[in-house]
Amino acid sequence: MKFGVVVFPGTWSDKDCLHVLGPVLGQEAVPIWHQDTDLQGCDCIVLPGGFSYGDYLRAGAIARFAPVMGAIKGFADRGGLVLGICNGFQILLEAGMLPGALLRNQSLEFRCVWTHLRVENTDTPFTRLCRPGQVLRIPISHGEGNYFGDDETLDRLEATNSVLVRYCDAQGNPTPDANPNGSRRNIAGVINEGRNVAAMMPHPERCAEAILGGEDGRLIFGSMIASLAERQPAASH
Amino acid sequence: MPADMSADKPEVPLVAIDQRTLDEVALSRAEYLQILELLGRAPNDVELGLFGAMWSEHCGYKNSRPLLKRFPTSSPRILVKAGEENAGAVDIGDGLAVVMKIESHNHPSAIEPYQGAATGVGGIVRDIFTMGARPVALLDSLRFGPLSEPRNRYLFSGIVGGVGGYGNCLGIPTVGGEIYFDASYSGNPLVNAMCVGLMESGKLIPAKASGAGNPVLLVGAATGRDGIHGATFASVEMDEASEERRPAVQVGDPFTEKLLMEACLELRDTGWIVGMQDLGAAGLTSSTVESAHKGHAGIDLDVSKAPRRESGMTPYEMMLSESQERMLVIARRGHEDDVRALFARWGLRSDVVGVVVDEPVIRVREGDRIAAELETRLLTDEVPAYVRDGEEPPELAKLWQFDMSSLANSLPAPADALLKLLGSHDLCSREDVYRTYDTMVGANTVLGPGSDAAVLRVRDAADHETDKYIALTTDGNGRLTWLDPFNGGALAVAEAARNIVCSGATPLALTNCLNFGNPEKPTVYYQMSRAIDGMAAAARILETPVISGNVSLYNESFGTAIYPTPVIGMVGLLEGREPVPCAFQAAGDAVGVLGPWSVTPDTLGGSSYLAEVHDTRAGRPPQLDLEIERTVQQVTLAASAAGLIRSAHDCSDGGLGVALAECCMWSGLGLHIALQMPEDVTGSALAATALLFGEAPSRIVVSASPENWDALSALAEARGMMLTRLGSVGGDRLSFPPLLDVPIEEMFTTWRQGLRPFAETPEAEQAHVRTDRIE
Repeated sequence: MKFGVVVFPGTWSDKDCLHVLGPVLGQEAVPIWHQDTDLQGCDCIVLPGGFSYGDYLRAGAIARFAPVMGAIKGFADRGGLVLGICNGFQILLEAGMLPGALLRNQSLEFRCVWTHLRVENTDTPFTRLCRPGQVLRIPISHGEGNYFGDDETLDRLEATNSVLVRYCDAQGNPTPDANPNGSRRNIAGVINEGRNVAAMMPHPERCAEAILGGEDGRLIFGSMIASLAERQPAASH
Repeated sequence: MPADMSADKPEVPLVAIDQRTLDEVALSRAEYLQILELLGRAPNDVELGLFGAMWSEHCGYKNSRPLLKRFPTSSPRILVKAGEENAGAVDIGDGLAVVMKIESHNHPSAIEPYQGAATGVGGIVRDIFTMGARPVALLDSLRFGPLSEPRNRYLFSGIVGGVGGYGNCLGIPTVGGEIYFDASYSGNPLVNAMCVGLMESGKLIPAKASGAGNPVLLVGAATGRDGIHGATFASVEMDEASEERRPAVQVGDPFTEKLLMEACLELRDTGWIVGMQDLGAAGLTSSTVESAHKGHAGIDLDVSKAPRRESGMTPYEMMLSESQERMLVIARRGHEDDVRALFARWGLRSDVVGVVVDEPVIRVREGDRIAAELETRLLTDEVPAYVRDGEEPPELAKLWQFDMSSLANSLPAPADALLKLLGSHDLCSREDVYRTYDTMVGANTVLGPGSDAAVLRVRDAADHETDKYIALTTDGNGRLTWLDPFNGGALAVAEAARNIVCSGATPLALTNCLNFGNPEKPTVYYQMSRAIDGMAAAARILETPVISGNVSLYNESFGTAIYPTPVIGMVGLLEGREPVPCAFQAAGDAVGVLGPWSVTPDTLGGSSYLAEVHDTRAGRPPQLDLEIERTVQQVTLAASAAGLIRSAHDCSDGGLGVALAECCMWSGLGLHIALQMPEDVTGSALAATALLFGEAPSRIVVSASPENWDALSALAEARGMMLTRLGSVGGDRLSFPPLLDVPIEEMFTTWRQGLRPFAETPEAEQAHVRTDRIE
């Protein structure tokens, strides 16, 4: 499978994602420059973490205008798999490709900590290797990860089973104490109704190797690889 | 009276110069006379500004240079020695090098904490990528006055915010550091930022300008009026007027720095450049002068070609601005367009602002007009060096005579003392701070903040796994150095090395930040000189040469000096096996102390126990025996190499009691100590206190599976090193009958919440802090 990892000015998880997808998981993985409109025949696009455009104005607000985003929208419209991580989540929201918004953390501070996540939907290309309700351990690292949507949006997300992962305690309970940033209903990641565009604040690329303290991130990337392997060669470009 | 540049050199005139002008550039009258003599004429205003900057302590090290020569600086592994480039480099094998340096940003942070700390991080990161190394880790050693004072809380939250705000945006993990509090740092906090980079050894980019005709480009941010006189500002004491120097503090833009970093690392591999030098202290002045001097050439610079943020900036302002995120690039002639296109792709502006010339001069033009012309030698080799007479601080002798037995009637129960220490600001958990730093980006952090040493795995340039890890730490204890400068300096090096060794890595080299008061005061000069002697002695024995560093003097506010605070940053290398953790690993493991076993009350001298429990800073700190220290470290390394130990934790602040408590808290595993106590301990509360909280150096708490204990003992014995078995891991309490019995939960809660009482700052204060942040 061929993965494209998008590089905006200020992106910093690109190398971590390329490392995990490439040497660790044995996939072809290439960087995609923000000014490019050619997705190089990739089967899947990852929007990684970082501070695109310095997070100036608002996280993701400038990146959504980058030329590459038009191509990614078209790719997603044709059913291509797109995963946003951290800043990638913020960008996908700003681009209107997923519902909701990310506010400043309730603490008003940056938080880099390990979190527990309960998998809410395993019938997706991003979580199919997980067990229903499985608790994953994946770190977060952000200042603006406080997921917000109005009641209607959140109800619809839940009604359509579009909440991907929620912050929870080690036993899987989505308690207020387990919520690191004030996200409504402990939402840490969501997926669109077409089930091909997903995003999460936690960083699966930081926990795909045992030496770094955990391997749960492999379940996310592994699910994507397995899904792609089943598909026809990705939605043609 | 600017000199007429075209005229023949006149006789040295007796030029009247007023004190105000000299103060502005922080030059003494004697130095001014020296300049007249060297130059054979009076410098014009711009030239005087160049002298002021380059002859400042910050750039010229005029008070510290002779002392710095005492450090050992070489070993077979050292690739770039101290002073040769922007940072030192050490070979870690397989064609890879670690590049590292620590640098202070104390004065700016005292005035403008968020930006001062942020630009401190920015500056040290540039030093690393200027050489072509990718920054992989940051560490920050911070000192503050007590948090009970609102001003200190403001400085604390601003500085921590600035460190995180800048480093997080760059995508460089902050993996370690230290924070200590003492009244001597009120009004003059310390912000020492260390950056570590990795590179292929052969790809070093020198900081030199050579090859006449090669174009000189200024890259990155435009030049503004911020930071003018920053270098000279760092070379005077803080006083009422300091607040007025706020404009001398620069404002950081980490986004631009990130772009600059990526572009420069890409540029490294093109072959289009001969050298690169970042603009730090004294901006264009030091970068052009130093790179030209290093390249045995000169630079002809036209400031009118440099982009500026504000109109009407004079050559003087252009040369002395410390606007951040700028880089000087010396391209190969003919490749300027390639270089410019590369930067443009990263959205960065670059302009050819000068040219390398054969004559060893720095020539500053504004269009056709020459604003300054000086031989680079005058601004580098000719910087005066002062060797002063030190004088032992008169209070030392008295402090050393402090009688520990005077405490005998006021000793709290050991458990109470332990909890007090664990909850104290100096020893409590730093998680509330480091969770605001990205500690993991880069996917290399194996052991992060909270460990004795941070450990990162090493991947090569092609992103292939190697069998190597690097271990990193910063250490320095101002109180101990104040009480005993030589010993304090040596202890800082020894503790850094011990922390590295606990992780299983072999110490390779150190970088240091020398934070002292006004060196013109004989007692301060004495502290500096003796501390450097102590550091040098330890660095020699422990084979950790100094490869880079920075000197920060005049750390005084209102006439009172900070504790003399040398801070050591150290790197170690671990190959072929995984790092050793600090915390206990399994119930049933045997626990012991490697190193001398001392229970004499004088080991409480200068201890955290005295400071936190008795509010007393006195006594003579226990003397470090470097031979013993070396042996303890060697035995620990041999034991971890042989797979005999499961955990190792340095015994330092708070003594054995705190070290054991930490091993328990961090693992959630208890410890039962079944040690036959000598009678003089059970019979004396003071001796028991010394046993638990005395800070005799050269001790490491180790745990091992019981079947390995005999082998471990044999290993220690063969080296003549004492290994005392304390007991076994297990249960949920730290129990040491009859002295102590404390639940881990209680210790953890106290320790974890130590910084919390001050987390809630008054609203007005918070608002003040928030306006300083860029979001």
